[in-house]
Amino acid sequence: MITAPESPAVIETNPFPHWFQREQAAALADYESTPAPTRRDEAWRFASLKALDLSAFVPAPEIASEGKLINASTGLGDFAARFVFGNNALVHHEAPALPEGVIVEPLDVAAYEHEALFRAYFMAQPVELGSHKYARLHKAMLTGGVLVHVPKNVEVALPIELFYWVEGENSSVFPHTLIVLGDNAKVTVIDHFKSADGARAFACGINDFHLGRGSQLTYAAVQDWSRDTLAFHLNSTLVGRDATATALLANFGGGYVRGESLSKLAHDGGRSVMLSMNLADGTREIDQHTLQDHAAKHASSDLLYQNVVDDAARTIFAGIIRVQEGESQTDAYQRVRNLLLTDDAIAVSMPGLEILNDDVRCTHGATSGGLDPDELFYMQARGISKKLAARLIVAGRFNSLVERIDNEALRDRLRAVIADRLGV
Amino acid sequence: MSLSIQNLTANIGDLPILKGITLEVPKGEVHAIMGKNGSGKSTLAKIMAGHPDYTVTGGDVLMDGRSLFEIAGPDERARAGLFLAFQYPMEIPGVTIANFIRAAIQSRLAEGEELEATDYYANLYAKMDALKIPRAFTSRSVNEGFSGGEKKRCEILQMAMLEPKYAVLDETDSGLDIDALKIVSEGVNALRSPDRGFLVITHYQRLLDYIVPDRVHVMVDGRIAMSGDKNLALELEARGYDWVTETAAEPALA
Repeated sequence: MITAPESPAVIETNPFPHWFQREQAAALADYESTPAPTRRDEAWRFASLKALDLSAFVPAPEIASEGKLINASTGLGDFAARFVFGNNALVHHEAPALPEGVIVEPLDVAAYEHEALFRAYFMAQPVELGSHKYARLHKAMLTGGVLVHVPKNVEVALPIELFYWVEGENSSVFPHTLIVLGDNAKVTVIDHFKSADGARAFACGINDFHLGRGSQLTYAAVQDWSRDTLAFHLNSTLVGRDATATALLANFGGGYVRGESLSKLAHDGGRSVMLSMNLADGTREIDQHTLQDHAAKHASSDLLYQNVVDDAARTIFAGIIRVQEGESQTDAYQRVRNLLLTDDAIAVSMPGLEILNDDVRCTHGATSGGLDPDELFYMQARGISKKLAARLIVAGRFNSLVERIDNEALRDRLRAVIADRLGV
Repeated sequence: MSLSIQNLTANIGDLPILKGITLEVPKGEVHAIMGKNGSGKSTLAKIMAGHPDYTVTGGDVLMDGRSLFEIAGPDERARAGLFLAFQYPMEIPGVTIANFIRAAIQSRLAEGEELEATDYYANLYAKMDALKIPRAFTSRSVNEGFSGGEKKRCEILQMAMLEPKYAVLDETDSGLDIDALKIVSEGVNALRSPDRGFLVITHYQRLLDYIVPDRVHVMVDGRIAMSGDKNLALELEARGYDWVTETAAEPALA
């Protein structure tokens, strides 16, 4: 699949400035020289490594059904901006309610027009949860993606909505959402990852968030790739002093999905809320790795992952809370709840702590169980079939996470997505 | 037309809990079952509703002539017109009351038939108002964080919305203060109708001051030991359950 960026054909279509293209070439070389994960790598211990075979994937062609995709890119009634990408290319954008000074631009435009921002923040965080190699590939192949920059003291009232579509058999897409918030800025962003035609695809996406002092980010991602898609979603969040990041990652699609989420509490008083709802059914495997990295005082992190595992599907959760030496008065919570709907469903949970300090409060735990028979009986006694009752319970678990989002329009949208996905 | 329990026996595991219950609730009547804890009252309710933990070993329950045990699942029995108000209603996190009741009503409609949202909410709000349940509760998760009284009012709300043919109320008075008891009783009384029968299970006579029964049955050790009119409840209150045990035991001694 890999076409070297230095070949003339690619330079012609590569929208980025030459300095970045050179970095892309270096990233590609790094990708190629980095060995593929093996069973011996701790971060890949439980993953189905055969799913990582990229040989069949090809660069995504130009989108064939642009109008259809744009029409299907509807969610929120009111939004500050909406961008639609089809196979890495921007096919539609509108920004009806962006306050003065707020930047929402495709990354290739941002690399020219906001070069200082781009250079300072683009993939500035290390990828340290196992997928370094794929992050290099992402950088090498990047053509699309969005920069959202909200300057100091600016609040974007309405959410920003981004759609990333993939179309065509074995197409490869590289979504990227980069959010940079100035001090006391506030914004809500939702990413949709969708398949136009249900074909097998490869998605390798990165979301990087940088929160300035006192800023607030509310972010949601709804991943609904096709059932055979190999997907990487690598998130990093750098939380500034007294800033709050709340991120909810919903995985409803994909075949093998690798998620990595790192929240770095780098400044005192920061808070990161890390939520995820995962619906693993069929033979889907959702393999998630998280790090709550506390490198500041009075910082807090709160992680809650809800996994629902049906059929012969599998979820893997490996999460670490790291409190660095000298960083006292930390509150860190990590909880994973696995709901297993069949005997063949598997949920692997590996919570972990690396605490180099005494003055901290950390709790972590993972629970696994099936549906509560008394809860089912109660619902059945109202005339609701067992099947529907199970779907309602699953939707309920997911909706409980949605309650943690402090934007009503986004909550309504997410509830609608959940209801639609579960048929309730 | 009646809910007719005929010599019903049932076990949990190998342990007999019901040892031959016979009683008939004609449509339009309210019958009360009183009894001490452990007498089998709640078991009877759960067995009729189809709880999977119990095994029916003999007898039958006919709802308007149709055996409940020929109706496979608890959900089908409910859709056929049986309602159980739970002693301990379950919490369902993340499922709102509005969505829960809507799903229950939708389950009773023919395939392809959709509940009309405006009518549904108008009906729901009217019934909530009558039960003094704040309308904001529609978006609360079912029973989650509810007080005892709120849970019981919510049970009656569900009954009012689902309009069953026969309703079994399992210790609906437990955990209620006098104000809540009045509200719940008014809710039940408002649903009394020639087209509906009630079986009210209670430990205390107090509830029957508000929901006045046509018949009272006293249950002891898995059997109906005594039946009578509403005055039996008062007599029981005055004399205590031991009186029933002694009285009921007499014929066996004779």
